[in-house]
Amino acid sequence: MSRSMTGARMVVEALRDQGVDTVFGYPGGAVLPIYDEIFQQNDIKHILVRHEQGAVHMAEGYARSTGKPGVVLVTSGPGATNAVTGLTDALMDSIPLVVLTGQVPTFMIGTDGFQEADTVGITRPCTKHNWLVNDTDSLAETLHRAFHVATSGRPGPVLIDIPKDVQFATGTYVGPKQIAPPRYQPPRKGDTAAITRLVELMETAERPVFYTGGGVINSGPAASQLLTELVDATGFPVTSTLMGLGAYPASGKNWLGMLGMHGLYEANMAMHGCDLMINLGARFDDRITGRVADFSPGSVKAHVDIDPSSINKVIRVDVPIVGDVGHVLEDLLKIWKARGRKTSPALQQWWAQIEQWRARNCLAYKRSDKLIKPQHALERLEALTAGRDRYITTEVGQHQMWAAQFLHFEGPNRWMTSGGLGTMGYGLPASIGVQVAHPEALVINVAGDASWLMNMQEMGTAVQFRAPVKQFILNNERLGMVRQWQQLLHGERYSQSWSESLPDFVKLAEAFGCKGRQVHEPGDLDDAIREMIDSDCPFILDVLVEKHENCFPMIPSGKPHNEMLLGDEIAADDIGTAIKSDGAVLV
Amino acid sequence: MSALKIERGASSHSAYDLRDYHAAGEERHTLAVIVDNEAGVLARVIGLFSGRGYNIDSLTVAEVDHTGHTSRITLVTRGTPAVIEQIKAQLSRIIPVHEVHDLTVEGASVERELGLFKVAGTGEKRVEALRISDIFRANVVDSTLESFVFEITGTPEKLDAFAELMRPLGLAEVARTGVAALSRGR
Ligand SMILES: Cc1ncc(C[n+]2csc(CCOP(=O)(O)OP(=O)(O)O)c2C)c(N)n1
Ligand SMILES: [Mg+2]
Repeated sequence: MSRSMTGARMVVEALRDQGVDTVFGYPGGAVLPIYDEIFQQNDIKHILVRHEQGAVHMAEGYARSTGKPGVVLVTSGPGATNAVTGLTDALMDSIPLVVLTGQVPTFMIGTDGFQEADTVGITRPCTKHNWLVNDTDSLAETLHRAFHVATSGRPGPVLIDIPKDVQFATGTYVGPKQIAPPRYQPPRKGDTAAITRLVELMETAERPVFYTGGGVINSGPAASQLLTELVDATGFPVTSTLMGLGAYPASGKNWLGMLGMHGLYEANMAMHGCDLMINLGARFDDRITGRVADFSPGSVKAHVDIDPSSINKVIRVDVPIVGDVGHVLEDLLKIWKARGRKTSPALQQWWAQIEQWRARNCLAYKRSDKLIKPQHALERLEALTAGRDRYITTEVGQHQMWAAQFLHFEGPNRWMTSGGLGTMGYGLPASIGVQVAHPEALVINVAGDASWLMNMQEMGTAVQFRAPVKQFILNNERLGMVRQWQQLLHGERYSQSWSESLPDFVKLAEAFGCKGRQVHEPGDLDDAIREMIDSDCPFILDVLVEKHENCFPMIPSGKPHNEMLLGDEIAADDIGTAIKSDGAVLV
Repeated sequence: MSALKIERGASSHSAYDLRDYHAAGEERHTLAVIVDNEAGVLARVIGLFSGRGYNIDSLTVAEVDHTGHTSRITLVTRGTPAVIEQIKAQLSRIIPVHEVHDLTVEGASVERELGLFKVAGTGEKRVEALRISDIFRANVVDSTLESFVFEITGTPEKLDAFAELMRPLGLAEVARTGVAALSRGR
């Protein structure tokens, strides 16, 4: 039905028609008409954040834990520029977001008006697409198209910049079904001939491995189920990137654990030694490949990706398949079954080899009964929350990698972390976004002391909206990951990598109107974790951990998978020479 | 030649530099990119090249279908085969991009560029300039007693050659449109 209304009302109408129930935002002069409309309705809940970066990360948490696009509303100028980090984060990790920004009125654009910024110019490289809407009559269509672009193909953030006069003016509203079908229609089905070629390779592969990524999660829960079915039916080992954790259950018998720079020894060795690598929705990121020239030298490589530009970008593959992972998995299973469910008997030897690597017990660490080891804290968190439908977010640093190593994910959409961009400050707001989407669930942000401070103002949001998020801070009073690199690469010169003048996190919790506790005795840890879990309000648990623990295994930058550093192999005194200088220039 | 050219060395030791991985020699490719003629579309294309460190040797753009509001961007770029493939895939990813054609590999094509050349001089040099321009089938589009403006349409190489010959004869200013290209045949 087309109806006449103001642009501001169209925004709310379109959000409602798109099934949006929550908007994360912050008001300002250039979006006041839209806020006025928000005030006059009850269908869409508005979460008032404390900083626009927080709004975007919340929307990311919301999107990744629900599979629905996250929606953000912020004002022009500083509101829009504060959103840039979140947009870049969402672009790198393929998270569907629709971000609405206010803009100065059209007749003032280009005059350096108050709170004017070239928002579409600034955000062009950090959105999948963006629009500046010049007239109210095209606003509704643009809004609907924005949702389509954000969620189709490889998902990503989109932004619509809406000048204030466009919000005030009256125009014709059209619903999502009234607009012409968008030209942008990425193909979902993979090429059958290529899929059949992959099945043939799977039938004879002696050392196959599934290498899965965030694409499996983005494809929807059905893809995770199909993956699990395929892995279990073929008996092939499976590893995953940081972004793909949970697509195959960690309790599954074929699970190798995460791969990559801080991945498990058995996962990386399997990648290095395989004869068939099946990449499902991952992108050969440099954290995964290590030195490209020595990456899995003896394997035939297949790559399933919905984004053609991911294929052959970093690693040349032999069997490229462009399509949605879920659709391709469905066809793959069908063809493999129809051809008689064949696999090579040599798989047994492959598993025997993998078991030997596994026996290396690469996550082993020196235990202590005096200090809380960060790994131990996570093992206890895992033990005390396992079996619950639990959502984990993280900040960025050592704690993030330990969380990926020591927490186990049984299903998709339960693990939200900033992978591609590595954004400190992601976890706290993301946890609030998750909690808003799942009010009854247990949501825990595994945080580092330094990262957590970057968006700590959002505790106010958590308290205001009664989002009982749990902040599990592994407090080493260090920028731990930076300190680790300085120890390994810069002669233990710890330049600016310790956290001086940290706040008292317990008092901080009280100041925000929630609860907190500090724990430093290993003996008190379980009790503290239980108190955190049972809290019905937001809770900060400040876990004082060993300050100079290093995160291993580690593939130093520029090294191949089979040259990874294992924690118990490096003596404390030669740790500074473990990485050669040619690796030091790499990030 | 190109303001957007980003020198390679800058990131050649980073894990992010993918360029000299399957490095074969660089090739020159002419791409035709059909796009919606909407605000910012050229910025998206140019931003892709500068942001990812690709080369642009020449770029022309104009609306070619006024009813469908589509423009044609003709782009000359250089890179290893792998980089050229990436450029095409990345261009195709831009939402307002309809089609990307690699005229260099999709059969025979014709390329033309228009150039204006101001040559200032008197006496023997002036006569010689006019004589050469005749050989090149250039048009004289402006003339004073001390200068000519020649117009030439041809391949970029022809324009280069003309400029080379005019230099000692008083070449004062050059304006070139960049390459427009079409595939041959139907
Ligand atoms: C916004 C931002 N700035 C800087 C960095 C670089 N960086 C990566 S990890 C890290 C230290 C993180 O410290 P903390 O949050 O305490 O975690 P830890 O490593 O100690 O577990 C830094 C500074 C980053 N990833 N993000
Ligand atoms: Mg720390």
